[in-house]
Amino acid sequence: MTDVTEAITRVHHEEWARVVASLTKRFGDLGVAEDAAAEAFMVAVERWPLDGVPPNPGAWLTTTANRRAIDRIRRESKRDDKQKEAVALAEIQGPDEPSPDRHSAIEDDRLRLLFTCCHPALAPEARIALTLRMVGGLTVPEIANAFLVQETTMGQRITRAKNKIKAAHIPYRVPEAADLPERVSGVLAVLFLVFNEGYLSSGDHESSVRGDLTLEAIRLTRLVRALLPDDGEVAGLLALMLLIEARRTARVSATGELVRLDEQDRGSWDLDLIAEGHRLVRERLAVVADGGARPGRYQILAAINAVHTSVRDARDTDWSQIVALYDQMIRVDGSPIVRLNRAIAVAEMDGPEVALAEIDRHLGPSLDDYHAFHATRADLLRRLGRSGESRAAYDRAIELAENAAEVALLTRRRDQLGPS
Amino acid sequence: MAKYLMSVWGPDSDYELENYGYSSPEEMMSSFEATGKFNDKLQAEGYFVFADGLDAAKTATVVDGQGEKPIITDGPYAEAKEHMAGFWIIDVPDLDVALKLAAEASAACLGKVEVRPMQTGPEA
Repeated sequence: MTDVTEAITRVHHEEWARVVASLTKRFGDLGVAEDAAAEAFMVAVERWPLDGVPPNPGAWLTTTANRRAIDRIRRESKRDDKQKEAVALAEIQGPDEPSPDRHSAIEDDRLRLLFTCCHPALAPEARIALTLRMVGGLTVPEIANAFLVQETTMGQRITRAKNKIKAAHIPYRVPEAADLPERVSGVLAVLFLVFNEGYLSSGDHESSVRGDLTLEAIRLTRLVRALLPDDGEVAGLLALMLLIEARRTARVSATGELVRLDEQDRGSWDLDLIAEGHRLVRERLAVVADGGARPGRYQILAAINAVHTSVRDARDTDWSQIVALYDQMIRVDGSPIVRLNRAIAVAEMDGPEVALAEIDRHLGPSLDDYHAFHATRADLLRRLGRSGESRAAYDRAIELAENAAEVALLTRRRDQLGPS
Repeated sequence: MAKYLMSVWGPDSDYELENYGYSSPEEMMSSFEATGKFNDKLQAEGYFVFADGLDAAKTATVVDGQGEKPIITDGPYAEAKEHMAGFWIIDVPDLDVALKLAAEASAACLGKVEVRPMQTGPEA
């Protein structure tokens, strides 16, 4: 990559959402903003190698995108009054010149954009696609590739979502304080889904873009944290993602098999990410100890991951602390899946028999279609020497599992079982 | 400001039941009262355009006047498990306001409410 190409890639990452957000605010239309931003970056790709990278790339892009949007709206006569008005205003005021005192207003624009893309009136898959396109700046083919759908399908999904935002008058603003916690949790859910799609993808698809989804999710969560630094759950989700991402390379073996936490080569974990994750978890613990809001789902999950990543040897894991954190988690979310995860920790603390009795008594009916339930049972039965029952449970888990690396692990474990 | 249709949906068979689908006369009366209060609030806040309940869908008649002679058919246009049972038309700043009102409307009338924007654009 030449220096200019590198600069364009970096500026694209840093400035795309700002350009789209500022144009959306000005023209009141996501479609106009997206098209004009894309055109401005195309112009940059043509011009910067010849003219050099401008001293303030963000302002250059916003100015270029503004001009393109105005040209486009002029050409199309059927635009509504609001946009004509925006064009008139834009011409009087001139384009935004980012200056120190404008900083917070621009950050607000990006936050507005994020809340609009994650609005609960949009279908969950549309929220994900729209966020990656409008805030993340991924192209439609990249998003389609990551989620294994046709490019035309993904294009239509994004277009439909943009049309609904316009037709239904989904407001372009940061929600009021009273609604903020709920709406932030909706944004975080979208970001965590993006992360998980990159991390534990269904199917055996191995595309670089899909791997990039975890990094994109982390980047966007960092952005949300910069915009909402006092929100504990935002910090919690960022810490959680960092602590999971830190283990990425250790998590799949050279032969493409999932490697369980206790068998991972801890030397290959990313220590910088772990340190940053731990710092965030400690920061939140201090706030809670000072009488701050009780930790929610992401903060508790991050704390659990912090316990796992704070020892160099899996045998030193503090399981009683993990069980205690799962007890806290059950108060936030008493779903069977959380109870199953608690039972896995109980197995380490009190032995497989206690855990097996617990999950068979309470979770069987509700989790019968969930592969991890059968994988957990299979493992507990194996440890208790009940090979026949363990084999049957592995068979069922393999049948239900969707991730290729996980199927590989479960198959090997099953085939290693002794005679029943 | 933007106008929305908030429609309440339910099975047509409710109209044949003793309490119109409510579990008791008391529940019916308290729902009517809550809906009345909600309408008053809409009026007071300046969001109210129009509201009413509809009779059973099977009392509907479809007319097709596109040919030489109008064709008149008994019954609703679409056969469906659920039909519109009543509606509000509101005029509010944006969808977030409409969704909040729809939640209150749903709680008052004890039914699910669909929120749908009207095509007329925002007024200057």
